[in-house]
Amino acid sequence: MASITAGVGTSHVPAIGAAVDHNKTDEPYWKGLFDGYEPAKEWIENSKPDVAIIVYNDHASAFSLELIPTFAIGVAEEFKPADEGYGPRKVPDVKGHPELAWHICEKLVLDEFDITIANEMPVDHGLTVPLSIMFGARENWPLKVIPLCVNVIQYPPPTGNRCYNLGKAIRKAVEAFDEDLNVVVFGTGGMSHQLQGERAGLINEEFDTMFLDGLTKDPDGLAAIPHVDYIRQAGSEGVEMVMWMIMRGALSKDAKEVYRTYHVPASNTAAGLIILEDE
Amino acid sequence: MKKDQAYSDIPGTYVFDGEHSREGYHLNMFCMSLNKAQNRDAYRANPSDYLDQFKLTADQRRAVEERDWVGMLRLGGNIYYTFKIAIFDGLSMQRVGGEMSQITEEEFRQMMINGGRSPSHENQYMKN
Repeated sequence: MASITAGVGTSHVPAIGAAVDHNKTDEPYWKGLFDGYEPAKEWIENSKPDVAIIVYNDHASAFSLELIPTFAIGVAEEFKPADEGYGPRKVPDVKGHPELAWHICEKLVLDEFDITIANEMPVDHGLTVPLSIMFGARENWPLKVIPLCVNVIQYPPPTGNRCYNLGKAIRKAVEAFDEDLNVVVFGTGGMSHQLQGERAGLINEEFDTMFLDGLTKDPDGLAAIPHVDYIRQAGSEGVEMVMWMIMRGALSKDAKEVYRTYHVPASNTAAGLIILEDE
Repeated sequence: MKKDQAYSDIPGTYVFDGEHSREGYHLNMFCMSLNKAQNRDAYRANPSDYLDQFKLTADQRRAVEERDWVGMLRLGGNIYYTFKIAIFDGLSMQRVGGEMSQITEEEFRQMMINGGRSPSHENQYMKN
């Protein structure tokens, strides 16, 4: 049977991907951040997951205002890096796991999560930067990926609680899949940051620390945080942290923290990373 | 953006709610078009003709032409869309962040290195 063994929470700042792509990870500006990623890279090298379900948001790449799915799962054989205005990132194509992805979609809908199913979906930095963080520059990504795209741009995004419950439903679905697979779930985005307006550059380390602590100490409490608290305290784009709640929901109640790192700044953002292992 | 919501009193922040999205639809879809290389080429070749294809209001068009980043947000723009114009211009998010908060790119970069803009009370709540 397939099982979810761990969760990774990580920021997906485009500049982090650009630093990997352009060999800048040893430069003074970036070294502190990337040193913090080393233990996470070792961890995933050793745990060798078969599949990662990567929860991320699209940034006006695959989806525009023409169509705004709250939750969309990619069921394709592969996903190409999107052109976000610079030309596509020169990273490997992302290989999907259509059998498991379709199984999850079917189970979720029957479990009353009315997911959007995507056969064609270019993936942007939201999905590819977490892969670069965990695996560095590669010829091929060493695992299959199921993209789970969440709307966090058009207000309101799904609530933290909805995300948490979706994560629980994903766990049930994965556990009902009849093939031995080691599955990890990535929750990405955040942490505190605000890109827009006169308040651009807002960072709130206290909020971020509370959030990282809460993932093991009080996930139910985190799930109850309303959008306005994220926006006010952690910045308008800090609301992306609801996506980490899908990852948290997909783990067992007693999941334990095995690693975290936190660094300000990565461009305009507080970059956090946490690894939780299932009991 | 709605004026009577729990988020309406957050300073310097344009929440992209339905009202805002409706106001900015054509502006944001113009920005979205810049994802395609052929459209970027067409816009570069003739900005005015290219903009004519999109139903921007006169104010939105002026904001685009003047690269008035905060102005675009006030007129329904969303930063993930409007930033595509900055990508087109070769500008960084820190440059745009600085312009929106009236500091230079270098000052903005230094502010971030120093830990970012403070989440102080006055940065979380508008003065009455």
